[in-house]
Amino acid sequence: MAMRSSLGRVRGLGSAKEGVGHWWMQRLTAVALIPLGLWFAASVIAHAGADHAAATAWLATPCTAIAMILLAVATFYHAALGLQVVIEDYVGGEWLRLALIAAVKLACVALAVAAVFAVLKIAL
Amino acid sequence: MAELTLPANSRVGVGKTYPAPAGAKDVRAFKIYRWSPDDGQNPRLDTYEVDLADCGPMVLDALIKIKNEVDATLTFRRSCREGICGSCAMNIDGTNTLACLKGIDEVKGDVKIYPLPHMPVVKDLVPDLNQAYAQYTAIEPWLQAESPPPPDRERLQSVEERAKVDGLWECILCFCCTTGCPSYWWNGDRYLGPAILLQAYRWIADSRDEHTGERLDALEDPFRLYRCHTIMNCTRTCPKGLNPAKAIGEIKKLMIQRR
Repeated sequence: MAMRSSLGRVRGLGSAKEGVGHWWMQRLTAVALIPLGLWFAASVIAHAGADHAAATAWLATPCTAIAMILLAVATFYHAALGLQVVIEDYVGGEWLRLALIAAVKLACVALAVAAVFAVLKIAL
Repeated sequence: MAELTLPANSRVGVGKTYPAPAGAKDVRAFKIYRWSPDDGQNPRLDTYEVDLADCGPMVLDALIKIKNEVDATLTFRRSCREGICGSCAMNIDGTNTLACLKGIDEVKGDVKIYPLPHMPVVKDLVPDLNQAYAQYTAIEPWLQAESPPPPDRERLQSVEERAKVDGLWECILCFCCTTGCPSYWWNGDRYLGPAILLQAYRWIADSRDEHTGERLDALEDPFRLYRCHTIMNCTRTCPKGLNPAKAIGEIKKLMIQRR
């Protein structure tokens, strides 16, 4: 039975004194993804029907490789932040919430590293 | 945790119908949520047919008429009947609003009335607002300053400084916005909700208050503040025409500004 006062429950463990960094990076990565996403979509359309050699040759140019790495990092960073918000919104239970957020963050880091490695392997 | 379906003991059944008196000229059906903690029954929707030719213009007038003349057990809060006390906040025709400010002629067809959403129900249209009031207490809604006030007068503000709390001080804490916010539905135990955040900003924006930093510290939290995803239900539903979403946006801007 919980006999704690309403005020005690509402104050809870106090403020986490963070959240602004998360909020800011989510917006920053969103802004970065606008030009990167448009560039990526345009590039894919421009290379429609190209063979493997042409695609790797395109990816190996410095500008393409840099933009591709930026796109991968921004995408997975943004995805990790956004999925964390979704989980915090909809998943109750501290431990389940924590486990899911940890899993999402690790998966996003792994996917980002894999994507960057793939680009570097072709470009370098 | 998000609850997308009602638990079995909260499903609303069909209730009784109270027909209009014989000779009624302008009949309108009011379908009203009824639940009593005493009888162990599920909630039900009772239908009251009201003769609008013999009733005041507002939904609250019809509720009072029903309580006085038809069914004295109908339970709801009301006091000022002019939109300043916030007591008669309820969900009318799918929107949270004040029954005293909502004209019956604004509703097409049957007038459906439920208590404010996703709060525990005390009885009928009376929600339990203890958590929301505790959240209000938690933001310390009073002027905090170390500088003593002038001995011979009140603390002064310029006209521009005073204008910064316009659109904030008018909030009457009816909680139409807070109970209309999905983020508050899912995480109301930790998220403060739009009404309380607007009130918090009312003190942050007050030039006489000297605890702005501490107030921002207390709000900087993934749940207390950042559960707001700018859904804007708060602004759309506010019966006083205020903009809680903008107030929350201002708090978020100050959080960035002080970094």
